[in-house]
Amino acid sequence: MTELALPQIDRTTVSKKSLIVSQLKKFTNEENVLSENEEIKPYETDGLAAYKQTPLAVVLPENTKEVSEILKFCNEENIKVIPRGAGTGLSGGALPLQDAILLGLGKFNKILEIDFDNKCVVTQPGVTNLGITHAVQHKGYYYAPDPSSQLACSIGGNVAENSGGVHSLKYGTTTNNILGVEMVMMDGTITRIGGKTLDQEGYDLLGLVCGSEGLLGVITEVTVKILRKPQSVRAALIGFPTVEDGGNCVSDIISSGIVPAGMEMMDKALIDATDKFSKAGYPKDAEVLMIVELDGTKSEVDGLLDKVSEIAKQNNSNSMKLSNNEKERLAFWSGRKAAFPACGAMAPDYYCMDGSIPRGKLSLILKEINQLSKKYNLAVANAFHAGDGNLHPLIMFDGSDKEQLRKTEEFGAEILKACVKHGGALTGEHGVGIEKRELMCEAFNNDDIQQQLNIKKSLDEKNLLNPGKVYPILRKCAEEGRVHVHRGEEKFPDLPRF
Amino acid sequence: MSTEEKKNSQISLDSETLSPSTEKEVSEIVREIYSKKLPIEITGTGTKKVFGYNLQTAKKLSLSQLSGIIDYQKEELYIKVKAGTPIEDIEKILEENNQELAFEPIDFGYMINGQTNKGTIGGYVACNFAGSRRFKVGSVRDHILGFKGVNGKGDIIKSGGTVVKNVTGYDLSKLISGSFGTLVVLTEITLKVSPKKQSQITVIVYSDEIKKISNLFDKILSSSNEVSAATFIPEEPNNKNYEHTKNKIFKFNDLDQEGSFLAFRIEGDKRSIDERLKELKIELDLSNFKSSILDVHQSVPFWKKVNNLELFSGTKNNILRAVMPPAKCETFIKFLNKNYKYYIDWCGSLFWIEVLDKDDEKINKIKNFILENSGYLTILKKSENFDFQDTLFTIDSTRLMISKKIKDSFDPKKIFNPGRMYREL
Repeated sequence: MTELALPQIDRTTVSKKSLIVSQLKKFTNEENVLSENEEIKPYETDGLAAYKQTPLAVVLPENTKEVSEILKFCNEENIKVIPRGAGTGLSGGALPLQDAILLGLGKFNKILEIDFDNKCVVTQPGVTNLGITHAVQHKGYYYAPDPSSQLACSIGGNVAENSGGVHSLKYGTTTNNILGVEMVMMDGTITRIGGKTLDQEGYDLLGLVCGSEGLLGVITEVTVKILRKPQSVRAALIGFPTVEDGGNCVSDIISSGIVPAGMEMMDKALIDATDKFSKAGYPKDAEVLMIVELDGTKSEVDGLLDKVSEIAKQNNSNSMKLSNNEKERLAFWSGRKAAFPACGAMAPDYYCMDGSIPRGKLSLILKEINQLSKKYNLAVANAFHAGDGNLHPLIMFDGSDKEQLRKTEEFGAEILKACVKHGGALTGEHGVGIEKRELMCEAFNNDDIQQQLNIKKSLDEKNLLNPGKVYPILRKCAEEGRVHVHRGEEKFPDLPRF
Repeated sequence: MSTEEKKNSQISLDSETLSPSTEKEVSEIVREIYSKKLPIEITGTGTKKVFGYNLQTAKKLSLSQLSGIIDYQKEELYIKVKAGTPIEDIEKILEENNQELAFEPIDFGYMINGQTNKGTIGGYVACNFAGSRRFKVGSVRDHILGFKGVNGKGDIIKSGGTVVKNVTGYDLSKLISGSFGTLVVLTEITLKVSPKKQSQITVIVYSDEIKKISNLFDKILSSSNEVSAATFIPEEPNNKNYEHTKNKIFKFNDLDQEGSFLAFRIEGDKRSIDERLKELKIELDLSNFKSSILDVHQSVPFWKKVNNLELFSGTKNNILRAVMPPAKCETFIKFLNKNYKYYIDWCGSLFWIEVLDKDDEKINKIKNFILENSGYLTILKKSENFDFQDTLFTIDSTRLMISKKIKDSFDPKKIFNPGRMYREL
């Protein structure tokens, strides 16, 4: 892996480690402060496992007051702080620094209030995304954003990253589904933003904080909106003979006025890989495969599914299956959900990219990726959240071959640059973190970045909260890493990634 | 740049209203006023200038010349426009393509002087006041994919883009929505557009029992039948004037004008509307109420009137906008009923309230009640000659402190709309 520039290590802080540790123990129970090597090892990386750093110490506060006191102390003593939820993020947003305290929110794991009257749940940030749905599903409710890691990822982390998921096409991402947060600023100030009302007055601080990757404050409580489960959910599994046909079908469905709950696509390489891996029974003759999921009332879903089939036929689909029950629907998804592990089985290593493009450019970008694949002589498989133009190309390589690694990194950066060139974005849902930091200048100029840095500085004057993330240190566009998985040794091998 | 060119590009600040026609000119003007520390009022066509505190700046920066559609990609569901583009121009081109802005822009013209006057897209973003569909589809801010603008130093900045999935950097599109022009001068806005629903109907449920009304709102909000708007219009039997206005505005063949009513909208294709209506009748126990149905030809104008505050058409009084947690609806109706002229939108969350001229005691009473019940209040329109001493917007001291810091990061010399939202910003 390419060497990554990190903020300069403050040797004074490192030399004061024992003093800092004993001070931290005054703010919370002693056992909540970890400083021995074997204790802190599990925290040395997050979902972007290629990068590892040992933090100075780990502190696991139990309540907001403790978080506030710890941050205030660190601010006064110029100690950097890296906030961490479940550590499942894929862009290295929770990567520790050697001279920083890692502030883990794992003990904030309680749901505080289930408020069906106001259609919301008030929860601590360490509760998992799926945990919220589990808490309300007995009354037919659920929390809509569903990142693939929802079994393990925390809601606080979702707020930090503005997480999306398969169903964000219809239901939006985290920012469209939260009502309020409690947050502690770097100087220890505790603030509440929003509450149980729709919108808030004054500056939309909730919108600013959501997706700020832990740079502006530490979330200590979240109020999320819950929705009633749709009455009927059905899916179509559709194969196309060419990439163009598939891409056109996506555009035609959206422009016809249908808003599917989700619309996924896989290319030939991935269809073959997943079929071998999961035996999902996907059609062998398809160049691209699409899963379209529709939800709503029964007759509405049935009607929309008919329309989708019609549009698919007009776009030369060569196979089509419609789910008639929940078992069939889940079977359609089984291959798609096995996409990442299937790639892990095909090559010693793979990089997962995360870019966004306008839907209409799907076939164009696929062609470009395939050309790049030839240029670099590296295999690539493509998975898309096609409905919202979010693509996850998976580049396969052998990390033990330094030359291949270098080429893979170049390949990945070229894909992201192509996304920006076609009017898309560097990252659709994984965040910038450390991973795409130096590519930020592909999307923004100096003035754009300076404005964002000014906001950061206004709320964290000394740049102590999660420094070295999101914004380029070098201010030049270096080619850097993506999600790097070596010999299937993913940080969370049990978590589905799609 | 040569000296001659520099001389030519000198921006004249002579006139009272500066009307740049390009983004570059906006930037040059702002650089100039920044160097002179000259506060400025930013306007579009002035339709929302009554909102917030009156400004006492000597100069205005009008964006009305910065108008036009830059890029409309129907299939990609976005439209990119210059910030001073009239909302009607956007609605027209979307209408021609069977699309719309899902947040239902409110026409405040009726409330302000009794006739339609929508203003520019920049104004809608600056206020972030969404229409009746809010509880279903989100606010204005949820439909802004990206923007370009000029900060208080004259730098042209951008955020977001044209795609829906984008987490690159801070989401400044949200932050500038509802900032009342105090952070940036917007120059370009990219909006998410939505396909128009094929048809719609509105169900009118007649009742003035507060408990039943709030219960209906709750059931609608809990339903999976995707109701896209719900309002309550109370009667005021002792106020002849109001009843006259109400009956004039809500004059529809299938609407019985006697008494209070709750109305909700179902949108979609005919089959789906029929099915959902059938289910909602059971869910809401509609057989226990007197009810009627407005077909699509009545439903569309009905919601325009609700959305556009036509009930307060041309009012000389104060107009308050209160947003409450939905479960507080019942207690708030009890508080307001018979004391205030009001109606409810957003399925029990949004209250539009009229308070007589110079009655700050009444306003304070409402404000205290709302704050005690975890809501917020904006004094949207002040009656003439009424200098309300308290803040027009709700905020606590910590958020104000954070807001000041953010303001400082965009506009360090406080030259954009100084004091429009809060006296300190």
